[in-house]
Amino acid sequence: MNAPDRKAALQGMGESRLRKEDARFIQGKGNYVDDIKLPGMLHMDIVRSPLAHARIKKINKEKALAIPGVIAVLTADDLKPLKLHWMPTLAGDVAAVLADEKVHFQMQEVAVVIAEDRYSAADGVEAVEVEYEELPVVIDPFKALEKDAPVLREDLAGKTEGAHGKRYHHNHIFTWDAGDKEATDAAFKNAAVTVSEKLLYPRVHPCPLETCGTVASFDPIRGELTTYITSQAPHIVRTVVSMLSGIPESKVRIVSPDIGGGFGNKVGIYPGYVCAIVSSIVLGRPVKWIEDRIENLSSTAFARDYHMTGELAATAEGKILGLRAHVIADHGAFDACADPTKFPAGLFHICSGSYDIPAAHCTVEGVYTNKAPGGVAYRCSFRVTEAVYLIERMVDVLAQKLNMDKADIRKKNFIRKEQFPYTSAFGFEYDSGDYHTALDKVLHAVDYKGLRAEQAAKRADPNCPTLMGIGLVTFTEVVGAGPSKMCDILGVGMFDSCEIRIHPTGSAIARMGTITQGQGHQTTYAQIIATELGISSEVIQVEEGDTSTAPYGLGTYGSRSTPVAGAAIAMAARKIHAKAKKLAAHLLEVGENDLEWEIDRFKVKGNAEKFKTMTEIAWAAYNKPPAGMEPGLEAVHYYDPPNFTFPFGAYLCVVDIDKGTGETKIRRFYALDDCGTRINPMIIEGQIHGGLTEGFAVAMGQLLSFDAQGNIQGNSLMDYFLPTAVETPHWETDFTVTPSPHHPIGAKGVAESPHVGSIPTFTSAMVDAFAHLGVTHLEMPHTAFKIWKELKAHGLTH
Amino acid sequence: MSKKIISMNVNGKKIEEAVEPRTLLVHFLREKMHLTGAHIGCETSHCGACTVDIDGESVKSCTCFAVQCEGSEVITVEGLAQGGVLHAVQEGFYKEHGLQCGFCTPGMLTRAYRFLQDNPNPTEEEIRSGMSGNLCRCTGYQNIVKAVQYAANKLREDAKKPVAA
Repeated sequence: MNAPDRKAALQGMGESRLRKEDARFIQGKGNYVDDIKLPGMLHMDIVRSPLAHARIKKINKEKALAIPGVIAVLTADDLKPLKLHWMPTLAGDVAAVLADEKVHFQMQEVAVVIAEDRYSAADGVEAVEVEYEELPVVIDPFKALEKDAPVLREDLAGKTEGAHGKRYHHNHIFTWDAGDKEATDAAFKNAAVTVSEKLLYPRVHPCPLETCGTVASFDPIRGELTTYITSQAPHIVRTVVSMLSGIPESKVRIVSPDIGGGFGNKVGIYPGYVCAIVSSIVLGRPVKWIEDRIENLSSTAFARDYHMTGELAATAEGKILGLRAHVIADHGAFDACADPTKFPAGLFHICSGSYDIPAAHCTVEGVYTNKAPGGVAYRCSFRVTEAVYLIERMVDVLAQKLNMDKADIRKKNFIRKEQFPYTSAFGFEYDSGDYHTALDKVLHAVDYKGLRAEQAAKRADPNCPTLMGIGLVTFTEVVGAGPSKMCDILGVGMFDSCEIRIHPTGSAIARMGTITQGQGHQTTYAQIIATELGISSEVIQVEEGDTSTAPYGLGTYGSRSTPVAGAAIAMAARKIHAKAKKLAAHLLEVGENDLEWEIDRFKVKGNAEKFKTMTEIAWAAYNKPPAGMEPGLEAVHYYDPPNFTFPFGAYLCVVDIDKGTGETKIRRFYALDDCGTRINPMIIEGQIHGGLTEGFAVAMGQLLSFDAQGNIQGNSLMDYFLPTAVETPHWETDFTVTPSPHHPIGAKGVAESPHVGSIPTFTSAMVDAFAHLGVTHLEMPHTAFKIWKELKAHGLTH
Repeated sequence: MSKKIISMNVNGKKIEEAVEPRTLLVHFLREKMHLTGAHIGCETSHCGACTVDIDGESVKSCTCFAVQCEGSEVITVEGLAQGGVLHAVQEGFYKEHGLQCGFCTPGMLTRAYRFLQDNPNPTEEEIRSGMSGNLCRCTGYQNIVKAVQYAANKLREDAKKPVAA
């Protein structure tokens, strides 16, 4: 084979290789947690609180225990002797495993029923009698901070110090700030123009199609615990389970099998998991718990709920001088945010975005309310969606105030290509970017000037049946958490890992600390190895998710798999490459310096006939290594990234709003992403389609709302908006490539950018449709009814 | 709870089993028949991950009792491939990257299998409408549309081929 053919045969980086995972999924042979069935397995179901805030007066198990098939009913009192009725959260708080004397939110876990089958368990749940004494409910985080607001967390009474500093009120969790307050105040004081806008990022839910669940199996004879679990981070689960249960980590095996989507929902450790594990330990039999959809939307992993105020200071010509952001963050009943431990507001301080802003300051205050705990990163890096929403909205608001074009104001304030690596006012070091090129490419592709002319004509025509809006966003994300000098989870640095073994016949297995949930790791990771080592990706097996076989890693979320684990793969492969070169030199009887690498082989320089392929080298590694060299060909690498990566993009959206009904048609959505080096363009495009669709759902319809009594509204798919193929727009995608200079293969991560970037683009377009009427902001979700009310307020309804 | 004997044809095989009358078809298929392809995503007939084919119609098996299928012909995702050869819809989803996490896929495939029999030559709009009872959180549907188009083309091409003697 000639060199191009040999390269193509590898199916390495840059190829749209078809997915390795698909064969099992298209034939119904996936292996998700609910597919797992162990001998003697019991089923667990959960008794939940109908009230948002109440004292538990009495729990009567008798009737439940009398139901045939019911084996046990456990409450907080049963967990107390084991000290497992409360558990630590990732954010340094504690959360009730089962409600201890008091419930703090509707649908909170009060008791669990374990039975022979899932139907008996459900019968048992119905029969458990709980007497409550109602307490005043606090849903609004601003009211929670009022002086005489009810005390929500009695367990914290008198604690003026939280995990992140002083608590100034009984419902206050933390105040966190970043940037330079004085410099920012000075910038505002001297600025020609300032703007301010209140922006609510409402409570939503990632809602993967598979809910959370587990099968816990404790073997009392061996003292070993095996737990199959819907987790995006199985290794950290193992550490936490060991810490909580006292079982040595070497006897705890956590397996994330196939995962039916995660999107942040499956990062946390939930009471259901803990109860199933405890039940298995107590009963000595495997116990399965599978959450239903209502439980999923009500109790595990909400996202956002940020009440933000954004402010910009600028010159009269639109050069931004300062940014100020303040957030009241509704964390619900327990601070169970899934963030790197030192960052109670995640990476919110990326909120200076793609712009060269000399002074910036942000403050985030966490507040307890009677809502479910969480605060996960819904298809984004930690709180980055909120940050990008804030800056992109504020740049639009400023443009409107100055009567400037949205594209022009962005170009004026972009961090310029030659400024990278660029240190932001918040201290992030942006690795690389070329924002002007990306934006120009989009504006050209959509004929931006033509669109603006069309909009002007439509605005001038009172008989036009629609309002036309053009949304524009130029976002920068921060992903790949992260450098362990900054990022840890419960003290464990946020590195990731890869172990590669090359077998004697030249095939390979790679095991990783991450876990795919649809991203196609088994396909793309193999492509990296194929290119690095010259082994066909068809004979490279990739395994993840089993803590007994995979090296320790922090898992998959925050677009960290490619930036962190992808780098670990390249580094492990390079260790093997270095050894292979020594072997090749030995086999060819030349010095290492006489060799050059070509696709799948080491060649003797200047003699194309003399070479050894990686397959031949692999055999030699097990057969005749040179004197003094260990046999075998394998390596493991733990990669602690020197920095985050900063993918970016430019998105444009055109909407047509029906003046009669308030219904919005997404006429066009053009998404240009730059994720650095592209490993598999087909998979990248698929990830972008998915992220854009989730962004569309958030912007246009998703909302977890509550009434004044704390009843969650719309917690089934009857009400919670998941778009079908009918509503979902057609997506146009494009790209530029600006590799990350510090990443071994230059890749930055991609799957979350389209979610982060699209949401403000939709809002930008919706506001733009009304901008000529003086509207500067509209709160999400942009449902037809809300938009119709807006039209009516402006006298535009027909 | 007393049980009832039911018989039905599942993926071409006649079966007879004793079930509680309240047993949902999806639990019957997954737990008794060990056909775990159909998944449960919502329990309210919205997501379609549990879609199977009953007597020539797409049915959401999470809101159907097993006893309602007495005497029926049931086809699940496991019954789509014949003689080790993938069905055109399976091939289409693979070739067009019509799946990511795979959880919705069995329901999508059984739905597409029926839809293309009802409408062998659909427009994109008809595909989007015909598949709208099945939710996907990963793909944004664009490649699912392509996958169904691929399958429609393949089925039409296959229909033109002379039957081997």
